[in-house]
Amino acid sequence: MSALIDYTLHLADNSLILGQRNGEWCGHGPILEQDIAITNISLDLIGQARSLYQYAAVLINDSELSVSSKASSPLERRFGGEVSEDSLAYLRTEREFKNCLLVEQSNGDWAQTILRQFLFSSYQYYLYQYLQTNTDTTIAAIAEKSLKEVSYHLRWSSEWVIRLGDGTGESHGRMLKAIDELWRYTGEFFIPADYEKELKIDGASLKYEWSKKIKTVFDEATLTVPPDIFMQEGGKQGRHTEQLGYILTELQYMQRAYPGCEW
Amino acid sequence: MPVQDLEKIFQQKIDEEIKIEPKDWMPDAYRKTNLRQISQHAHSEVVGMLPEGNWITRAPSLKRKLILLAKVQDEGGHGLYLYSAAETLGMSREEMINDLHSGKAKYSSIFNYPTLTWADIGAIGWLVDGAAIMNQVMLTRTSYGAYARAMVRICKEESFHQRQGFEILLVLSRGSKEQKEMCQDAINRWWWPSLMMFGPKDSESTNSDQSMKWKIKRKSNDELRQNFIDMIAEQIKTLGMKLPDDKLKWNEERKHYDFGEINWDEFWQVVKGNGPCNKQRLDARREAWENGEWVRDAAAAYAKKRAARQKDKAA
Repeated sequence: MSALIDYTLHLADNSLILGQRNGEWCGHGPILEQDIAITNISLDLIGQARSLYQYAAVLINDSELSVSSKASSPLERRFGGEVSEDSLAYLRTEREFKNCLLVEQSNGDWAQTILRQFLFSSYQYYLYQYLQTNTDTTIAAIAEKSLKEVSYHLRWSSEWVIRLGDGTGESHGRMLKAIDELWRYTGEFFIPADYEKELKIDGASLKYEWSKKIKTVFDEATLTVPPDIFMQEGGKQGRHTEQLGYILTELQYMQRAYPGCEW
Repeated sequence: MPVQDLEKIFQQKIDEEIKIEPKDWMPDAYRKTNLRQISQHAHSEVVGMLPEGNWITRAPSLKRKLILLAKVQDEGGHGLYLYSAAETLGMSREEMINDLHSGKAKYSSIFNYPTLTWADIGAIGWLVDGAAIMNQVMLTRTSYGAYARAMVRICKEESFHQRQGFEILLVLSRGSKEQKEMCQDAINRWWWPSLMMFGPKDSESTNSDQSMKWKIKRKSNDELRQNFIDMIAEQIKTLGMKLPDDKLKWNEERKHYDFGEINWDEFWQVVKGNGPCNKQRLDARREAWENGEWVRDAAAAYAKKRAARQKDKAA
């Protein structure tokens, strides 16, 4: 059970943190239409996160662990009773978040935001396709429902990668810089965490399709897929980059400053 | 046809409640007034994304975060319809944006106030959107067709926003002592600026008479302001909060609420650029525009290349 909880939280954290990052663009986008588009993606992602946190909360609240020894779970101790979507998003700490490192990276310029979205959406697209047939019917249903949204995120971000890669000299240069910045965080997608192994989630099997998609889009964008480089990992196990602490500081500020309130 | 006759036909249409459409003849001043007003309205939507956007990353629950994101996104959408409506009068969006950035075009002064606490998001929805709706409902019947139609769409969403804002405050008003204080404090800070949104008193308003004759406006600033005060003075009872005006009192004879004097010095100072956030708001817009320039250039360059390739293929 605990592996399923961890995995659900991992999926939820991915969506929440990327949604939070994209939300930072709201009101500051390069073109009004794209400001609206990135906000829309943020909305989809946070919507996914909510469904997943709600499911994780049910799993935690129903688990025998919490019934028999409430005090033994640090999560339970802190929340003093029922866990909810909000306690999971707002009261866990840096080391308890299980999102991939990529999604917590800063927005940078539009090229970096676009590339981050493309690298992640293409992964999420194949992952959700794979999870649609998962034996856990709730996860399968959330994956199926989210896939429509993710298909749009993938199409939108692919088009922008192509536009920027094959646009002007400056936009091409900025894409190269973004690739240099972010590529190192993509290896982690395909290295299973303990809870994935336990659930027999075979993320490595997605690598082929994912790489093919990246190459197709990069080719059209006149960009080159980097050679094998050293990949950073740890996010899935709660070892993050220094960025996450600041994200949580902002995200969780109200719940920390006014504990136990309804909003 | 002599101009006098054209003007006569034009006024006749207005009097008969026939909408004016982009290709119709219209007096220059009518075109200019509409263009000024619609573009100003569009700018207000876009600048208005900033004070609320300020709380997206800090919204206190996931549900509130979603609602706020959706709301700010709606405002961006309103900006789009309004820029399109304004473009029908012969000015490009880019020109309008340049006028905003140069300070030539104005936007609603209310957005030059800061959002200091979460309760401000509720107060903006309830009071600021509430005040905007009074004006916008009137504008659904404005004489310029494209503007009136944009307003119909916008009004539906705005009334939804106002309810959401009120609901934020309602939860606070029933919450902890700190939440109640936060709620009252936000109302205290937003009340007077929201009354200023209706513009100067009728006796001081320069554009009003002609706008009424052309049915660009159908109600005067003071009339709309009074309607708003009457509405809010009732709604606040549900919140159990107080409006920061000792003179606010039901007048049985007038069948309206009496209210205290608005600080018009403050109003003109903010209009002139000396509000608490005038500089930050314009800087943020300019910065977004300047930082986005290479993106817009890249999109244009790519579109051109693509079109050329398709032409080659077809040939």
